[in-house]
Amino acid sequence: MASILSTRNIIKTFGGLVAINDFSLEIPEGSISSVIGPNGAGKTTFFNCVTGFYKVDAGMILFNGAPIQNQRTDIVTRLGISRTYQNIRLFANMSAIENILVGQHPRLKTFWGEAIWKSKRFQEEEAVALEEARRLIKFVGLQGLGDQVARNLPYGAQRRLEIARALASQPKLLLLDEPTAGMNPNETGEMTHFIKHLRDELGITILLIEHDMRVVMGISDQVTVLDYGSKIAEGKPKDIQNNPRVIEAYLGRGAASGLKSGKAK
Amino acid sequence: MFKKTLARLSWVDIFLRVLQLVAAIVIVYGLVTTFTTARYSSEQWATLAFAGLAQGSIYALIALGYTLVYGILLMINFAHGEIYMAGAFSTVFLAMYFDRNGFLASNPLVAIIVLILFSAAISSGIAILLERIAYRPLRNAPRLIPLITAIGASFLLQYTFRGLFGSQFRSYPEVSILRGTWTILGFNVPIVQPVVFLAAVSLMITLYWYVERTKAGRAMRAVSEDKAVARLMGVDIDKVIVSTFALGGALAGAAGVFNGLFRPQGVFFLMGFFPGIKAFTAAVLGGIGNIPGAMFGGLLLGLIESLGPNAVLEGLGIPAANQLKDAIAFTVLVLILIFRPQGIFGERLAEKKA
Amino acid sequence: MKTIDWKTAIRNGLVGGVIALYFSMIGMVEAFSGRNLIGDFFNMGHLLLFGGVLAAGILTARAHKEASVGINAFSSLVAGLAAGIPTTLLILLANNVELQSVFVSVNRTLLALLTFERGMSGLGLFFLATSLIALAGGLYDSLPGVYKRTLGLSLSVVVVVAVFSNIVTQIMTTLFGRPSVRLILDGDALKPLSAAVLFVVLTGIFILREQRRVKAEKLVASGAAAIESKRASLQRQVILFVGIGILLLIAPYVLGSFLSQVLFEVGRFVLLGLGLNIVVGYAGLLDLGYVAFFAFGAYTMGILTTTGPLNQGGGLFNFWLALPIVVLVSVFFGIMLGFPVLRMRGDYLAIVTLGFGEIIRILALSDWLRPIMGGAQGVLAIPSPVFFGIKLDSPEKMYYLVLAGALLVAFVSIRLRDSRLGRQWMAMREDEDVAEAMGINLVQTKLLAFAIGAGFSGLGGAIFAARLGNIFPHSFNLLISINALSLIIVGGLGSIPGVIVGAIALVGLPELLREFQEYRLLMYGILLIVMMLNRPEGFLPAEVFKRELHAEEAELPGAEA
Repeated sequence: MASILSTRNIIKTFGGLVAINDFSLEIPEGSISSVIGPNGAGKTTFFNCVTGFYKVDAGMILFNGAPIQNQRTDIVTRLGISRTYQNIRLFANMSAIENILVGQHPRLKTFWGEAIWKSKRFQEEEAVALEEARRLIKFVGLQGLGDQVARNLPYGAQRRLEIARALASQPKLLLLDEPTAGMNPNETGEMTHFIKHLRDELGITILLIEHDMRVVMGISDQVTVLDYGSKIAEGKPKDIQNNPRVIEAYLGRGAASGLKSGKAK
Repeated sequence: MFKKTLARLSWVDIFLRVLQLVAAIVIVYGLVTTFTTARYSSEQWATLAFAGLAQGSIYALIALGYTLVYGILLMINFAHGEIYMAGAFSTVFLAMYFDRNGFLASNPLVAIIVLILFSAAISSGIAILLERIAYRPLRNAPRLIPLITAIGASFLLQYTFRGLFGSQFRSYPEVSILRGTWTILGFNVPIVQPVVFLAAVSLMITLYWYVERTKAGRAMRAVSEDKAVARLMGVDIDKVIVSTFALGGALAGAAGVFNGLFRPQGVFFLMGFFPGIKAFTAAVLGGIGNIPGAMFGGLLLGLIESLGPNAVLEGLGIPAANQLKDAIAFTVLVLILIFRPQGIFGERLAEKKA
Repeated sequence: MKTIDWKTAIRNGLVGGVIALYFSMIGMVEAFSGRNLIGDFFNMGHLLLFGGVLAAGILTARAHKEASVGINAFSSLVAGLAAGIPTTLLILLANNVELQSVFVSVNRTLLALLTFERGMSGLGLFFLATSLIALAGGLYDSLPGVYKRTLGLSLSVVVVVAVFSNIVTQIMTTLFGRPSVRLILDGDALKPLSAAVLFVVLTGIFILREQRRVKAEKLVASGAAAIESKRASLQRQVILFVGIGILLLIAPYVLGSFLSQVLFEVGRFVLLGLGLNIVVGYAGLLDLGYVAFFAFGAYTMGILTTTGPLNQGGGLFNFWLALPIVVLVSVFFGIMLGFPVLRMRGDYLAIVTLGFGEIIRILALSDWLRPIMGGAQGVLAIPSPVFFGIKLDSPEKMYYLVLAGALLVAFVSIRLRDSRLGRQWMAMREDEDVAEAMGINLVQTKLLAFAIGAGFSGLGGAIFAARLGNIFPHSFNLLISINALSLIIVGGLGSIPGVIVGAIALVGLPELLREFQEYRLLMYGILLIVMMLNRPEGFLPAEVFKRELHAEEAELPGAEA
C-alpha cells in the first residue's frame, strides 16, 4: 500500500519547549491509523502541523507525495485533508445543514457575485450542495435535526455533525481528534462502528487521536505512540500492547488502566 | 534559506512589509529635513519635550486603568475615558469653591491633595458602579457584547454629566505656587509641568509597589494569571475585580485633577474621549496588561505627540501640522497594532487572546 | 408568601425613586415636561418621573407571587412610598442650599414641577403620586392574564400615539384637512376625551383578537385546517408585501415635506446599516470606523460634481456618471483599510478602525488637504441629481432615490447572505480558525466583507452629499458609526428586517422628537446597555433558515395524497 501521508523528521518547538521532536510517520492509503500517547505528548500539535495551522520548524510533510508543510490551512483542506477537533468546534449559531454547506466550500466553484443575479450555474451548484448536505445529514444519522442550530444539538449529535462537516469537503484523509471523548460505552461503540464504516464505505483513510484503548485496539491497522513529542513505538495494535517502552510511558504516569482494559479485550 | 523565507511570505506579509518600510522612510525623511534646516532652537524643542512629558504622565495614569482591567478581564474598558472625565468634571466645582473661600491660596498643598482624593473617589465610584451594573452580568458573554456595552456606557456617562453640570467649559482656578518657571538643565520650564510629572510618577510607583508587594496586589496578579486557580486558592474574584476597577478609576480621577492644573482650557463633558483613546494607545504601546509598559507608553506617547508635528510633519512640508496632532496618536496606535501588537514590553500575546 | 417582603418592596421602590431623581437631575424631566401628552395634566416629564415608580410597583407585586391581592397592593404601596424618598430629599436640599450653580438642571422650574407648583406643601402630593402610581402597578399585576395583556397594550399604544402625535397630525391633515386635527388634538397633546375613546376602542379590539386567537389555537390543536392556514398565510404575506410597497411609494405625499426628510434620514441609515451589517453582522468584524467610507463616498461625489476646491476636472460629471466611480472609490478604500487589519480580531479591530475613522476626519479638516477636500469649509454647491428631466431637489423626491438605494442594497445583501459567500462570512464570524480549516480563504473573505460594506456606505454617502448640497468634515464624526452600529444591534445583528426596524427606532423616532435632541445620545447609551444585558440578539434576531425541512415539507402533501 502506498503512503497517503508521510512526515519526515518534523520538529515543532514553542519557545524552549520541543512539542514534536524528529517525528516520522507513514500512513498507508485506506488504513485506519491511531496516534496515542499520554496527555501533552504532542498529538494535537501534530494534527495542527499536518493541517498547516502551525508551521513546522524543520522536516517535511508529504501528502500523496507532494510537500504540504507550511501551506496555509485552507489550501491543505483543498488538497484533501480534513479534520475534527478535540473540543467540538462547530459554527455554533448556524444550523446543522449550514455547517455542512460550509464544509463543502472547497468544492463550490462559481464566482461569488453570481449569487446576486442567481446565475443558472449558481443555482445548480447550490441545489447540488444542498442535496449533498441532506445526504450527509442522513449518512451520519441526524435526519430531522438538520435545521437545528448547532449549539442546541445534543453532545453526540454535535460530534457526528462535526464529522459530517469534515466529510463534506470529500477528503482523502480524515483526521479525527478524540472522536469518542466524553461518550458513554454505548455511544463509543457506535462511533467505533461508524468510523470503520467510513473507511469501508467511502474508502477514506483515517488517522485518529484517541485515549480509549478499546477503540484504538479495536479498529486500528497501525498504532503510533508519542511521548514528549517523540515516537517511542509503532506497529500493529498487538505489538504495541506488549511493548515495554509504551507500558513504561503510561505506567510512569500512573495511567496503565487504559492499556490494561485494552489488553483484557 | 532566502528562498524558503520568500516562499512563506504571503501577500499580506508583503503588503505589511511595504507599509512598514514606507512609514519608516516617511518618518526618517521628515526628521532629516527638519533637523537639517534647523527650524527650531533647542530651547523650543525643550519646551515641547517638557510639555510632552507632563501630558504623557497624565496619559500614563489613565493608561494604567486600561491595563489593569485588561490584565484581569481581558477586556477593553472603552468607557475609561469617561471615568476620567467624571472625576475631573466633578472636582472642578470643589476647586472653584476652594478658590472662592481662599483655601487654595492659603493652603495650596492640602487643597490640591483634597482635590485629588475627591476626584479619585468620584472616578472610583463611577468605575465600581459601571462594573457592577454593566460589566459583571456579561463576564461570560461573547467578547463583542461587553465592548458594545462599554460604548453605551461611554455615551451614558458623557450625557449624564452634561445633564448634571451643563455643557459649557469650566476652568480649574490657577494656583499661585504653580505659577512661574523653574530652570531645569538650563531651560526655563513652567513649574506646573515638572510638578505634574513628579506627582504622576510617584503615584505610579506607589501603584507598582501595591501590585508587586502587597497581599491585595498578589491576589490581583493571581487572578490575572488564572482565575480558576486563584479561586481555588481562596481568592475572592469579585472583590479583586471590583478593586481593580476602583484602582484604575482612582488613578484616572487623579489624572483628571493634574490635567485641570496643567491645561487652562478647562474641562467639559466630552473631554474624556481623546485622552481615553490616547491612553489606550499608550497602554498598547507599552504592551497591554503590563504595568510598567503603560507608564512608559504614556510618557512616550506624550513626547511623540508633542514633538511629532514639528519634528516630522513640518519636515514633510505639511502646513499647520499642529492640526494633525490628534491624528498622530491614532497613527501610532494603528502602526503599533499592525506591526507589534504585543507592544514594546509586551509579554502577553495580545493577538492570540484578543 | 403570606407576609410582605419589606426588603424587596423598599429596594424596588428606592431604585424606582433613584431613576426619577436621575432623570430630574440631568434635566430630562424639565425638558420633557414642556410636551403635553394627554390634556395639560399628563406630559412626557411625568413619563420619565413615574415610569420607574410604576415598574417598581409592578415588580414588587410580582415578587409576592402567591400572595393575596391585599398583600400585593400593600407591598406596592410600600414601594411607592420608598420611591418618593430620593426626590423629596432633593427638594428639601434644594430649598435650603443653592444647588443650581453646580447642578445646572436643579432650577425653579424643576422644583415647581416636582411639587406640583405648590411649594413645600407639594411634597406630600409627590409622595401621594408615587404611592398611587406604584399601587396602580401592583393592582395591574394582580389582574388576570388576558386583561393584563390587553390593558397594558392599549395603554402603551395610547401613549405612543400621543408621543408621536405629529405623524397623526400630518396624516389627518392630508386625508381630511386641517380642521379634523383639532377634533382630537389639543396642540400636540391628545384631548382627554379622545385619549379615553382611543383607549376603549383599542381595548375592545385587543380583547376580540385575544378571543379569536384562543379559538384558533383550539383549531390548530385539533389538527384541522393546517394546510388551509398555510395557504392563507401565504396569501396574507403577499397582501402584506403589496401593502408595504404601496405605502412606501405614496409615503411622501401623505407625510409631507418634514416627514419625508425624516424618511430620507431613515433610508440613509438603512443603507449604512445594511452595509455595516455585512461587516459586523455577517462577518463578525467590529468596525467602528465605518463612517470613513461614508465620508469617502460623499467627498468623492462632491469633488467629481462640483467645480469646488479641486477646480480641475471637477464639475464634468453628473450624479449618475459619478455614482459608479464613487462606489468604486469606496470599495478601493475599503480594501486599502481592510488590508492592514486582516490579522486583528475583536476589540483591537474595533479600536484601530475607530482610529482610521478619526484620522480621515482630522485629515479632511486639516489645511494640508484643503486644496482637495476643502478643509473646514467643506465642499459646497453639489448639484442635485436629475432623473429623466426631473430635478431631485426636494426631500420628497430624494426619498425615492434613497428608497431605491436601500432596496438595491437589501436585495444584494439577501442574495449574498444566502450564498456561499454569506456562509463563508458567518463561518468566519463563528470561528476563524475552523473556517480556515474548512478551506475558506480568510484574506479574501474579509476583504470582500470590507469592500462590499464600504461600497454600500459610499453609495449612502453619495446620496447624502447630493441631498445636502454642501458637506463638511464634522458631518462625518464617530457618531455616524456609533449610530449605524447601535441600530443594527438594536434591530438584531445579521438581520435585515432588524436593520430597518433599528433605523426607524433609532433614527426616525428621535427625528420626530427633535426638541429633545440633546438627550438622544443618552438614550442610545441606555438602550445599548439594556439591550446587551437583556436581549443581545436584538428585537428582530436573524432567523435560522429551514433548509432540511423545506424539501420534506414539499414531499409531504404528495405523500398524503
